Amino acid sequence: MSERLITYKDALREAQASCLASDPEVYLIGLGVPGPTGIFGTTSGLAEEFGEDRVLDMPASEGGMTGVVLGTAVSGMRPVMVHMRVDFAVLSMETLVNQAAKWHYMYGGKMRAPLTVRMIIGRGWGQGPQHSQSLQAWFAHVPGLKVVMPATARDAKGMLIAAVEDDAPVIVIEHRWLYAIQGDVPEEHFTEPLDGAKVLREGKDVTLAGYSYMALECMRAAEMLEKVGINAEVIDLRTLTPVDGDTIAASIGKTGRFIAADTAHSDFGATAEVVSVAVERAFDSLRKAPVRVGLPYIPTPTTPALADLYYPRAVDIARAAVELCDSDAVIDDPPPETPWRDVPDPTFTGPY
Amino acid sequence: MATNIRRPDAETRRAMLRSMLRVRMVEEEIVERYGEQEMRCPTHITIGQEAPPVGVSAHLRQSDYVFSAHRSHGHYLAKNADLPAMIAELYGKATGCALGKGGSQHLVDLDAGFMGSAPILASTISVGVGVAWAAKRRGEDRVVVIYFGDGATEEGAFHEAINFAGVNRLPVVFVCENNLYSVHTPLEIRQPNRAIHHLATVHGMEGEGGDGNDVEDVWRIAGDAVERARADGGPSLIEFATYRWKEHCGPLEDVHLGYRDQAEFDSWVEKCPIVNYERRLTDEGVVDTAAVADMRTGIADEIEAAFSFAKESPFPEPDALARFVYPEPRAGAAE
Ligand SMILES: Cc1ncc(C[n+]2csc(CCOP(=O)(O)OP(=O)(O)O)c2C)c(N)n1
Ligand SMILES: [Mg+2]
Repeated sequence: MSERLITYKDALREAQASCLASDPEVYLIGLGVPGPTGIFGTTSGLAEEFGEDRVLDMPASEGGMTGVVLGTAVSGMRPVMVHMRVDFAVLSMETLVNQAAKWHYMYGGKMRAPLTVRMIIGRGWGQGPQHSQSLQAWFAHVPGLKVVMPATARDAKGMLIAAVEDDAPVIVIEHRWLYAIQGDVPEEHFTEPLDGAKVLREGKDVTLAGYSYMALECMRAAEMLEKVGINAEVIDLRTLTPVDGDTIAASIGKTGRFIAADTAHSDFGATAEVVSVAVERAFDSLRKAPVRVGLPYIPTPTTPALADLYYPRAVDIARAAVELCDSDAVIDDPPPETPWRDVPDPTFTGPY
Repeated sequence: MATNIRRPDAETRRAMLRSMLRVRMVEEEIVERYGEQEMRCPTHITIGQEAPPVGVSAHLRQSDYVFSAHRSHGHYLAKNADLPAMIAELYGKATGCALGKGGSQHLVDLDAGFMGSAPILASTISVGVGVAWAAKRRGEDRVVVIYFGDGATEEGAFHEAINFAGVNRLPVVFVCENNLYSVHTPLEIRQPNRAIHHLATVHGMEGEGGDGNDVEDVWRIAGDAVERARADGGPSLIEFATYRWKEHCGPLEDVHLGYRDQAEFDSWVEKCPIVNYERRLTDEGVVDTAAVADMRTGIADEIEAAFSFAKESPFPEPDALARFVYPEPRAGAAE
């Protein structure tokens, strides 16, 4: 079958179009959703195509509106709520954590809240302490919420559709730096599972497991490692709830060495859980202590001079792998394509 | 108490014209240079909205406090906060007002009483109320001004905070710059057809709306509100109709996006707060062309110096990254 390459951003757009077309109960809502820039292009044109009563803007009231949206969900509608930045979704925490997560359970299974919340994370161009956080672990800590982080264009479409069709509240966390990256995506309506990691690359020396943009950085690290004779296996972790212990344990069974990478702070973050699962499930296979790659326990600095030091990159994952493999190979830092490493690609001229 | 509270004297009028020009010229320089990609942070340009901060600040003392949100440059500058430190902050330099850690969205100058700005909508409103509460409890003679946009008044935190200020008769002036949009979303689909300042009554305070492109209207309304707060007469919610000229975030024009039309845009440019005020003061003999030209030259020199300072300043050293996550013990603090 021939490839159909589209960007992650377009895959998200297709997923929503497909859900709107296939189920009249689906609607989209969020600040700027029908607007001229359409949530970085992910909702562009959908209001025109499906009508303004199904693709809606809202007052700047994330807290109350999350309850309103939840109310429509328990009434049988299938809302997709969008937050341009996860930092804004913080205002909806009460409803998500105390209400949406629990209504099915605490009312003895009598109600369902088929709510999908898209939250965008990202970095770069001085977005700083309040516009570039990665708060996925917060949501994953709450039983009843499903939390997924698609890393590829195919998963962006298939998992978003699966999220909309799922009867539980699902938080879909998307990284802005994935938006322009292309992948092979079927044109039709399809789903990808909301559980289970995927092995992106087979290897035998070390396992690199990453979430979202860091799964991509793991792939880049594996290429760097290949050049110095280290054969890395790469896992796209895909979902926080659950962490796929089977895939992780099977990989560690082959490699004996494990690195987990996330877009967030390592401390109390998703990789804390991932490494716990790895140790619980594959203790006997581990030859050395697992390593985590993530943000330091520091808020995001705005100046590029500090942000460049703040974010771990493929080269950091590769170097961690070299050390874990007791190799003395030297991994060179690829020359920067831009004066600062605060843009997803050289065509980007800011601001977000 | 000032004798002619309803009408600014000539000196105040000249100062207000100069202050608006200064905000405008700083913003124009940022717009001009943003494309050089050295100011690498989200930057919300306030061109078109110069009158509210200037008309309000004309009544403020250095010891009064100001809080702002994402579109803060005018509020900062009109409160006499440090211009070179602001530009250096936009350039991410160690000499910036937040040492480069905050950028345009997190300006601060405690010496000038500019207590901070943050882009999470409505977030600084309640913090400002708390600062006013502390001032009142400690018997300080201090007024707190909190600026925000029309969009922020849709957040629950806004209503909760002004309710508390109303209950406790706090010395706060809530200043809403209503520029008709929250990013690209028009007011009509976000709020019912009533004035935002009408919310004052239900939260137990005075409210008034005015022409946010007429600095003297702002001056008059803000004067009443500041005086009320200073005299322990409770908080006020004042609202000014105004208009943003540039794109929501960044230096470009955006009428082509289609969410607002050219005719609306042009009608607001007609109402330019600076051009019209300059004309009025000239007509009334308060300034002449030469005086305005002098103002411009003086401001341009100051801006040039601020940008040179910013560009020549060093970036923070790597060890700055981990500093200030938690406070270190205060110098001289007891064990
Ligand atoms: C809680 C929250 N939600 C959304 C945003 C995104 N956002 C930034 S500015 C803005 C518009 C705010 O409009 P308004 O308060 O009227 O201020 P203006 O930009 O018009 O000056 C929005 C929605 C945010 N910063 N915080
Ligand atoms: Mg506005």
